[in-house]
Amino acid sequence: MRKTALDCVHKLSKIDERVVFVGSDLGPGVLDKMKTEFPDRFFMEGVSEQYIVGMAAGLAMEGFIPYVNTIATFLTRRCYEQVAVDLCIHDLPVRLIANGGGGVYAPLGPTHLAIEDIAIMRALPNMAVVAPCDADEMNRLMMSTLEWPHPIYIRLGKGGDKVVSEEKNGFELGKSIKMRSGRDGLFITTGVMTQLALETADILKKDGVDVGVLHVHTIKPFDHTGVIAAIKDVRAVVTVEEHIVNGGLGSAVLESCSELQPELLPKISRIGIPDKFATEYGSQNSLLKHWGITSSTLVGAMMKKLGGA
Amino acid sequence: MAFDDRSKLLRRYVIDAMRGGGRGHLGSSMSMVEILRVLYDSVLKFDPKNPQAADRDRFILSKGHGCLALYAILADRGFFPVSELESFCRPTSRLGGHPERGKVPGVEASTGALGHGVPIGVGIALAMRLQKNPSRVFVLTGDGEINEGSNWEALMAAAKHKLTNLTVMVDYNKLQSYGRTADVLDLEPLVDKFKSFGFVTHEVDGHDVAALETIMKKLPFAKNAPSAIICHTIKGKGFPFAEGNPEWHHKSGMTETDIQQMYDCLT
Repeated sequence: MRKTALDCVHKLSKIDERVVFVGSDLGPGVLDKMKTEFPDRFFMEGVSEQYIVGMAAGLAMEGFIPYVNTIATFLTRRCYEQVAVDLCIHDLPVRLIANGGGGVYAPLGPTHLAIEDIAIMRALPNMAVVAPCDADEMNRLMMSTLEWPHPIYIRLGKGGDKVVSEEKNGFELGKSIKMRSGRDGLFITTGVMTQLALETADILKKDGVDVGVLHVHTIKPFDHTGVIAAIKDVRAVVTVEEHIVNGGLGSAVLESCSELQPELLPKISRIGIPDKFATEYGSQNSLLKHWGITSSTLVGAMMKKLGGA
Repeated sequence: MAFDDRSKLLRRYVIDAMRGGGRGHLGSSMSMVEILRVLYDSVLKFDPKNPQAADRDRFILSKGHGCLALYAILADRGFFPVSELESFCRPTSRLGGHPERGKVPGVEASTGALGHGVPIGVGIALAMRLQKNPSRVFVLTGDGEINEGSNWEALMAAAKHKLTNLTVMVDYNKLQSYGRTADVLDLEPLVDKFKSFGFVTHEVDGHDVAALETIMKKLPFAKNAPSAIICHTIKGKGFPFAEGNPEWHHKSGMTETDIQQMYDCLT
């Protein structure tokens, strides 16, 4: 997903000379092709996230569209004031490409785990927050970013994630995608939790429970209409996110229903990362298990809401 | 050093705004009146009728709390009417307690949170270079402000990129909110710090109009490095009760007596 995102920056830089890339001391060889082809629009800066976000704002004030890339925690926690003031108050078209959403950097511990990035980015006026589910969708998202006049936070998964998105569904920022229809229940997901929900829906289907999956790639601006319509169609809803359970997708769903259709609230339960920093290392999968984000917990939560066993 | 009429007039404008708003950063504004005066009278290229003109020089007031002095010079130079100064900080005024881009003609960046101007200025300077635009970028920071690490990240980068079109100025009035910079967080040796970060750096008396003109006419100081000017100033300059007094960093709830006392200093 990351490789696709960066390849897209190169593609975009060919078709639009406003596109510039800004990295902060990334791995060797990153975007070498773009660096060779457009050395003036490739910036590899030092380990200095406060500066690079401000610098990107300055470039955007003068008409450029900067794509800024580094690890998600550093692009959110480290320079939150720069994101808020320089990007969001000025409402500038800067794109933050954030590596390692959720538990991707499991072995590196809690300093590197972006568990609350969606919540804090979502809190900022003007900021869009997107978590694509696979490389194909990343491609569609990236190619749609040139004309969005506001800042965008793009959360990346691990890479090599199973491709489940489909060309025919297209991609529109702020519009959720029904990946699977289901008569009984609905998983509402974002990022790579969409794959987990689709697998879980297959398992439930074998038991005769028909569950759909609504992929909310854009957590902000939130697709109130699409999400509420999908919830109305079913008896039970479980939101699933690789993100702290406070303030992310599940919260957005509850807020939306609370504002617009409060009678839907009892149908909904949330699955996400518990409200604490990780105490284990291992792998993304082992952390997800530790956090209770697995097919079996999804099945359990769905069956409980459906009133089944 | 006695003020000439122009320095007095700009200070009067600052007080006009303070009277309107009943508050303001007096000390922080009065230390930079001459710096802004020389910039806008003799150095910067701009057109108040077309504040977004592509060929303008960009000036960023990074120490946004000094905006009263910026509003004074912008009004004086015709970016908006002088009569608007008295609307300072009122609910629907364009002139807030910190300057905002998009609201105030001539304001390039919304500042107030400290340590943002230099990184943004570096980005604009890079943009000017990419666009082959000869416009120059000036950033004025405070001294307390450069306690923030983000400044030093950006200064390092400006030198790396050899931004000859960037000038960073420090309003070095030696006083921050709590007290003397020497006590709160000593910046010395400040000139050496800037030099070691790759800036060709000069010092000047920040209230000496002729000296400011002379040094700014020499910009850029080098063909392959950014420029810096450390301006030695006095916080609250021109107001004996405020000079060097941290109580006057910011004042609110000002009475007509306070205001009259300030005007009296300029007679």
